[in-house]
Amino acid sequence: MFVTFLIGAIALGTVLLYGCLGETLMEKSGHLNLGVPGIMCMGTAGGCLGIELYMKGLAAPANANWFPLILVAVLFSVLLSVSTGAIYAFLTVTLRCNQNITGLAITTFGSGLAQFIMDTYVTRKNFDVAGKLLSRGFVNDPNANGVLRVFFSHGFFVYFAIVLAVVFAVVLNRTRIGLHLRSVGENPATADADGVNVTAYKYCAVLIGSAVSGFGGLFYIMDYLKGSWENASTIEAFGWLAIALVIFTLWKPNLAIFGSILFGGLFIAAFVLKGNPMQKELLKLLPYVITVLVLVITSIRKKRENQPPASLGLSYFREER
Amino acid sequence: MAKQVLVEFRNITKTFGSVVANNNVSMQIYKGEILSVLGENGCGKTTLMNMLAGIYYPDGGKILIGGKEVQIHSPKTAFEYKIGMIHQHFKLVDVFTAAENVTLGVKDGTKYNLNFVKKRIGEMCDRYGFHINPDKKIYEMSVSEKQTVEIIKVLYRGADILILDEPTAVLTPQEINKLFAVLRAMRNDGKSIIIITHKLNEVMEISDRVAVLRKGEHIGTVETSETNEQALTEMMVGKKITLNIDRTKVENPTDRLFVKGLNYTNQEHIKVLDDVSFVARSGEILGIAGIAGSGQKELLEAIAGLQPLDSGEIVFHRPKKNLPVSFYHKTFHQVVELAAMGKFHYEDGSKVDLTGMSKKEIRQLVNDGKILFNEDDVMNLRDKTPLQIRELGVRLSFVPEDRLGMGLVGNMDLIDNMMLRSYRKGHSILVDRKNPENLAEKIVSGLEVVTPDLHTPVRRLSGGNVQKVLVGREISYAPTVLMAAYPVRGLDINSSYLIYNLLNKQKEEGVAVIFVGEDLDVLLGLCDRILVINSGRVTGIVDARTVTKEEVGLLMTKTDAGKEEKHGTED
Repeated sequence: MFVTFLIGAIALGTVLLYGCLGETLMEKSGHLNLGVPGIMCMGTAGGCLGIELYMKGLAAPANANWFPLILVAVLFSVLLSVSTGAIYAFLTVTLRCNQNITGLAITTFGSGLAQFIMDTYVTRKNFDVAGKLLSRGFVNDPNANGVLRVFFSHGFFVYFAIVLAVVFAVVLNRTRIGLHLRSVGENPATADADGVNVTAYKYCAVLIGSAVSGFGGLFYIMDYLKGSWENASTIEAFGWLAIALVIFTLWKPNLAIFGSILFGGLFIAAFVLKGNPMQKELLKLLPYVITVLVLVITSIRKKRENQPPASLGLSYFREER
Repeated sequence: MAKQVLVEFRNITKTFGSVVANNNVSMQIYKGEILSVLGENGCGKTTLMNMLAGIYYPDGGKILIGGKEVQIHSPKTAFEYKIGMIHQHFKLVDVFTAAENVTLGVKDGTKYNLNFVKKRIGEMCDRYGFHINPDKKIYEMSVSEKQTVEIIKVLYRGADILILDEPTAVLTPQEINKLFAVLRAMRNDGKSIIIITHKLNEVMEISDRVAVLRKGEHIGTVETSETNEQALTEMMVGKKITLNIDRTKVENPTDRLFVKGLNYTNQEHIKVLDDVSFVARSGEILGIAGIAGSGQKELLEAIAGLQPLDSGEIVFHRPKKNLPVSFYHKTFHQVVELAAMGKFHYEDGSKVDLTGMSKKEIRQLVNDGKILFNEDDVMNLRDKTPLQIRELGVRLSFVPEDRLGMGLVGNMDLIDNMMLRSYRKGHSILVDRKNPENLAEKIVSGLEVVTPDLHTPVRRLSGGNVQKVLVGREISYAPTVLMAAYPVRGLDINSSYLIYNLLNKQKEEGVAVIFVGEDLDVLLGLCDRILVINSGRVTGIVDARTVTKEEVGLLMTKTDAGKEEKHGTED
């Protein structure tokens, strides 16, 4: 029971971890992207579209190969999520639109378009086969040792997320690129005066962040649900939770690994624990309650390292020195 | 040692719109010297140096480095010519450590290695006598430490020419001594150092040569050893120019606002206001002169109820003597109480005794204006909010320095901006728009505000018109005290004169006007008395009709020994 719960928590946490990593990267460059839920939806739709194309071309779906399947799914997912992210980047970096309004618009746009793509172009034929293939882990025997199952029963996307989180943490804190990116989010005028290309860093952060968050939805549909699809609003809900997770983990990718598992656990607790519907709904609120608590505690403690990037949400005009 | 010319300005001219910031400036900077660039506010000293640092690009003239003409388009190009500038507002990332800030943006081809950066910072510290912990975060640092990081940052990039913009403005005397020691060590190492300043004593102490600028022009460069403070002040302020401002005689001045011993220490532990006391009189313009940032802003905001104080009193005398009592300010009960205390008299001078009179009779007497006050109202405005001050019935008008930040709302139109002052009036749940509209119309026609219509957002108006709208609104409430901070900053000549005339008119109507200005000629021509403020202290209150520009200039810039001793014991 506990092993199943933990496996479920890690799996659901991975959905959030992708969204959280992408949003963290964007926020580190000073861009509060509320479009992440929409971008996640688009990443999902793109990935499904890729899988659809691949599976359609196969004579026998059972012969599907793991590697090209992942490749095509990732490629198409990145294509759509990055182009959605590019709209956000162009509007907020180049045209300096209000980030909140742009983000909300992108979310509405992204979830709507994703719904359209999924309903119109994706028949989900043989998606169950693809789903099984994508979620295949090192240990697939349900009767294996509990510890082994917790650590090794997951599909490719779970480990990829954790690797990404570690890479993000190292890049942000240990490299010159990370130093420059953080300086852009903290004080773009200083970064600019010191010769850092602010616009380039902002674009790169938003585009890479979009690509990463897009994997979250794809993972949810193909791995967690093994290829079934209801509607875009489920993924959108995960997007909002991912943004809350960024605050909860204090903009630290390494903390995000554990934070996402906690959030994932709280999220599925509502389904695992017995109780009446009202109690379950209240349980689902817990991640948000905890996020508010973290905000309150960090605001009271006022430790500067735990505050959001100083110029988060602000547009940068070079002329306004 | 033969002096080698490192940088040469040739006929540099720079204009911003119609304002000439630098006019035909030619001067030289030698290798291995400390050069002070001295001048009043707005004389173009910072603009000139910004052109060397690549912030601005000159409109005319040439900059030569090592005898070759160069084009400095950006701070990055400036670094290529080994020029580094330390601005007044530090450009540092707060949550980074000193070492991270120093290495930010450096592309020297080496691997990113903070330990190597720290080692190099350590070497520089040993060489020039700095003290800095490279692992300390900027937000934990004092202003002096931040400045040190800025200097290291510039040196790390290999600068040979360092420009420091008012480096001592935010430092304590001990920190200034440390900084000067470092600067001397750098000069002896062959670096050229340029200090932009207006503090005469520091110029005399640190620099080898002094270049004086006045109103955008280079007046001259002299060896520090061959000059003195008196001569430099004369170069700085120049001859008095008589302006064509009508200054009327002060009629029946009465003491209106008593400011007693104001003290305020800011978060950086700098004494912004140090025992400031003065009296503002009705029918008089009191000028406040001082280098920018000497505490003028805090002083005015303290009076307006926006600035908390450590100690001191702000006492307002409302002119009431021999004026009739009305129910406008006093309730019926207050009138009866005050009458019982003997605060009123009749026109013929006899005492008012209301005992035994009916309510109706008392109302009749008050409404007919038969009952007069014996004395002025006295009230303490300290620690009162602007709203509380207004509720006390004190008509205090404030034209702040930051017109579109504190004075007006840029995105709102003229009428809405008028309503900011009047929205509490009336008893309806809807705000009154009619009166503000009339007022806006009156201001537009009366002060010749150039605007397409009354519904234009004020931020679209030119600086002069914005100021007219603000001043117009403030004086429309018939103030008893009018405070104006730099009301003509950025305005053309005609608009400036219009504002001077408005202030003069207020003075004639018996308003106590407080005018914070930067142009000494204007202060001497417009004001009746001038209060000189220097680093938060009042260094003198002088008669504007008899004082000379040099005297005011010296009061503004000279730091007396007594203050330094006082600071010394505090630390």
